[in-house]
This record gives sequence, structure tokens and C-alpha cells, in this order.
Amino acid sequence: MIDLPPEALSALALSLKVSLTATLVSLPLAIWVAHVLARGSFRGKGFLDAAVHLPLVLPPVVTGYALLLLFSRSGPLGAVLEPLSLGLAFRWTGAALAAGIMGFPLIVRAIRLAIESVDPKLEEAAATLGASPLRVWLTVTLPLAAPGLLAGATLGFAKAFGEFGATITFVASIPGETRTLPAAIYAFLQVPGGVPGLRGMVGVAVLVAVGAVLASNWLAPRLAARVAGR
Amino acid sequence: MLEVAFKRSVGAFTLDVALEVGAGTTAIFGPSGAGKTTLARCVAGLARPDHGRIALDGRVLFGGGTAVPPHRRDIGYVFQEARLFPHMNVRRNLLYGAPRGTDPGPVCEMLGIGGLLARRTAGLSGGEAARVAIGRALLRRPRLLILDEPLAALDGPRRDRVLPWLERVRDAGVPILYISHAVEEVARLADTLVLLRDGRVARAGPVGDMLSDPSVAALMGSMQAGAVLSGRMVAERDGIAAVETPVGTLQVVGAGEIGARIRIRIRAEDVIVATEPPREVSALNVLAGTVASIQPGHGPGVMLRLAIGEGHLLARVTRRSATALDLVEGRAIWALVKATGVARADIG
Repeated sequence: MIDLPPEALSALALSLKVSLTATLVSLPLAIWVAHVLARGSFRGKGFLDAAVHLPLVLPPVVTGYALLLLFSRSGPLGAVLEPLSLGLAFRWTGAALAAGIMGFPLIVRAIRLAIESVDPKLEEAAATLGASPLRVWLTVTLPLAAPGLLAGATLGFAKAFGEFGATITFVASIPGETRTLPAAIYAFLQVPGGVPGLRGMVGVAVLVAVGAVLASNWLAPRLAARVAGR
Repeated sequence: MLEVAFKRSVGAFTLDVALEVGAGTTAIFGPSGAGKTTLARCVAGLARPDHGRIALDGRVLFGGGTAVPPHRRDIGYVFQEARLFPHMNVRRNLLYGAPRGTDPGPVCEMLGIGGLLARRTAGLSGGEAARVAIGRALLRRPRLLILDEPLAALDGPRRDRVLPWLERVRDAGVPILYISHAVEEVARLADTLVLLRDGRVARAGPVGDMLSDPSVAALMGSMQAGAVLSGRMVAERDGIAAVETPVGTLQVVGAGEIGARIRIRIRAEDVIVATEPPREVSALNVLAGTVASIQPGHGPGVMLRLAIGEGHLLARVTRRSATALDLVEGRAIWALVKATGVARADIG
């Protein structure tokens, strides 16, 4: 067992909380956006697609700075949220937002591919059997896209777990509040001579990320087989 | 009653149809590209006409600003591919569109799929999948059932095995729109035949009249022409059945219940015409009649319509024979039909 200092354990717990929250909260929106991109035809679809991909291509520090501008006490959103004690800047919820935004394009991409691979002929058949578009979506499209959904969620979680640049720019690195595992590793690296447990933390970061991907790879084909009726 | 009158253009192709579909089974017949499936999809709401009107039992489904979505049309649709949901077993597929609490039992029995209920759909044979798809559409209790070449994906023997099930569906009483380009299926299942060509209704009428009309036969391709006779099985011996038909009692190969109503199709290719009463021939059926009309066909053949008893047969002979035998309208003839000239698949 890797021996971790208490700061590392708290960073790990915070990282898990932040990345799980980020994934679960962004998932419904990601599913909706993926569906619109996969099946919709409307003006501005290309623009939406580009906007979704923006966090993937922008320097993370730019994304973090943009969030800071929006959510700081004087920012347009922060000015509304702060008085309600719902402010995100320098809070763990802010870290979750940053992590969620960085993982969002990956989740959307995976789910969009999954929805696109669902045969529209099956959806048509369901409609002729009297199913409303919502029921078609819930009983045919969504179950058949489930493996892709799982893959997207895993990828988003792993990305959120490892997110560093946008997070530290937006919410800084406050121990116990916003110092996630990557931020803690970075902080420990700044100490001259090093800190015991640094290697353990790096090991844990690798384990969580690799473990999530492995679990998803193990689960996805089983889910797909179940869905495909084999 | 389904009333259809609409126009739909895609590229250079225009579907422009007007027809009424009543009770029983109406076959929409035509070569591929004639617009059959487009017509069916417009009726089901899966495609949208440019303009026109579609109404089912007096309820407007399309036209005058309304376009009822497919899930509110009460129209069942069986596609060429079965389109079963792969993530559900047969039972859940069957009950997907059925009202809550529906017992799939009677429909399963009718289609012979009761033993498949717990099965996953991936393991079904083509014929089984087709029957499940038909059952699924029936259990949704449609006012109209569209069968869009449900047998097209099956090979010959499998098709023959599914056909009797389709007859039972037909006899269950739901009005059926049967899309097909196979004469055998049409002859066996349909009451009314609508001939679609290049996006228009070329001809429409009762299937018996249509299939024994040489001009219709020409439209359908004369190789497939033949008379369709409804008859009653009156006797059976040595694997030969005697069937009472409008052209007289015919000896045909096949077994069945005495008293059963059946349909026989005699292809124009299989009828031999003589101008003298033939003696000592192997053909079991020799029918006396007259030439009702002569229609030149493609190539070296002509199509004869023979009036026999109270019915008609079609015969295809070469132009040379027609000249040599002096076959003109009103000429007395004897038609020879071998008992094996009525193929098993044509008896239904």
C-alpha cells in the first residue's frame, strides 16, 4: 500500500468529489447536446459544434481565465451568484465547473458517435408502433447508445480528474477547498528538496485514470452485448 | 377506408397517386422505382407529400394544414427488414406498441411464434424475425396494416413457409396494404390490385380480373401473366386434388381439406391451346372454350384470353402458332393444362 501524507489523502478525496460531480452534472447536458448534434439539422449547428470543442483546443489557462472573468465578484455571473452565496470562484464547486467544462467535449464526442451509430430505422419502427418521440428516445435510442454513454462518461471523468490548468487559474490551489490532486502534486513539486509521498500521489493519479479507462473498456462490450441482444 | 390523393417529388421522380383502399388486402404492385415504398411511407407518416390529402376512416392524416405524426396514425408498418429491437427479447418486441395488459397469446398462436417469446432477437431466423415483426405490428391494434415487401429479404423456400401465416393475418380482418413486386404473393394474398408504374396508378381493380387481363399482364411483364381462379376443393386422390373453379373442375397437384376455399394461379406459359378436341394426351385438364381476345406481347409471343365456362384463362403462344392455327377472336379452342402446371406455391 502506498503511504500517503494527510494532505495527499485530502487532495485525493477532493479530486474524486470534484471530478464525479463534474461528470454527473455535465452528463445530462452532454447527452442533450450530443443528441442535437447527431440528429438535429438547424442553422448554427456548426457553430455549436465548434463551441463545444473550444475547451479542447484553447489553452486551459485561457479557459480558466475566462471563467474567472465571468464568475469573479465583479463578473457578470459572479455579481449575481456571490450575494446568494452560490459563488464559484475559489470554491470546490468552481473546480468542478472547470473540470466539467474541460471534460465536456470528450463526453459529447463519445455520446454523439454512439447516437449516430443507432439505426434510425429502429426509431422509425418504434414510431409506427405508436411511441412518441420522447418514448422512442428513452426506450430505443438511449439504451442502444448506452455503451458510448459509458465510454464518454469515463473519459470525461478521467479528464476532469487530471484537470489542472483551468482549475488552478480559476479557483487557485487552496488546501482542503480547491487543491485537487494535480494541484497538490504541483504544489509539492515547488518545495525545494521534495516532499515525501510525492511519488505516491503521482502513482495514485495514474492508478485512478488508468483504472477508470480499464473499467470502462471491460464494461462497455458487456453492455453492448446486452443491448444488442446477444 | 383509406383515401389517398397526393403528389410528392424527389429530384426527377414524381409520385402522383389517387386511390381508395377499402377492406381486405390491397396489393400495391410495381417494379422497383415505381414509388411503392414512397407511397407506403407517406401513408404511414414517415415521409411527407408535397401536397394532397390522406385520410383513414374519415380522419384526415395529412392535408389542409395537418400532418399527423406517425405515432398517432394508428397504422402498423412491417418493413422489408424486420427491424426488431436488438436490446429486447421477442416478448418485449411484440408488446412494445400494444396497449397495457395485452395478451400476446392469440397473435403468437396465429403466427406460430409462441415458442420464441423468451428468445433474444439476434438468434432468430429470417422467417421467424419476419413473423415477429408482423405480430408486433398487429398487437399495436392498427386500423391499417402496411406490409412493405415483408418477404423480400427471405429466400424462396422461407418465403413459401411464411406465406401461409400471412394468409391467416389477412383473414384476421385488418385492412392490409401489401407492397410487393412478386406476382405469386399478390395472387395469393390480395383482393384488390393496384398497379403502380413510374409514380402513377396504371390500373386498379379486383385481383382476379386484373391478373387475367392481358393488357394488365403486359404491364406486369408477360412472363408473369396468368389467371387467378378462386375455387373449392371437392375431392382428392393420389395427391391430385379436384378443384371446382369458374372454368370447370380442375385436377391439380396438391393436398388440402375437402371443402376448403383456395386460389389457383395458372400461368399463361403453362397453357397449351388446340383447335381440335385432343385425344390421348397426358394433360389432365382439357377445357373447351373460345378465344376472347388476342394481344400481341413482346417478342415472338401473343397473349390469348380464353373464355371457358364462366371464367377466363390466359395462354401465351408464339405468333407462328397463332397464325398456323388461325387463332382469331371467337374461334373455338381446347385449353390443355397439366395438373403439375399449377405449382404448389400457386395453390393457396
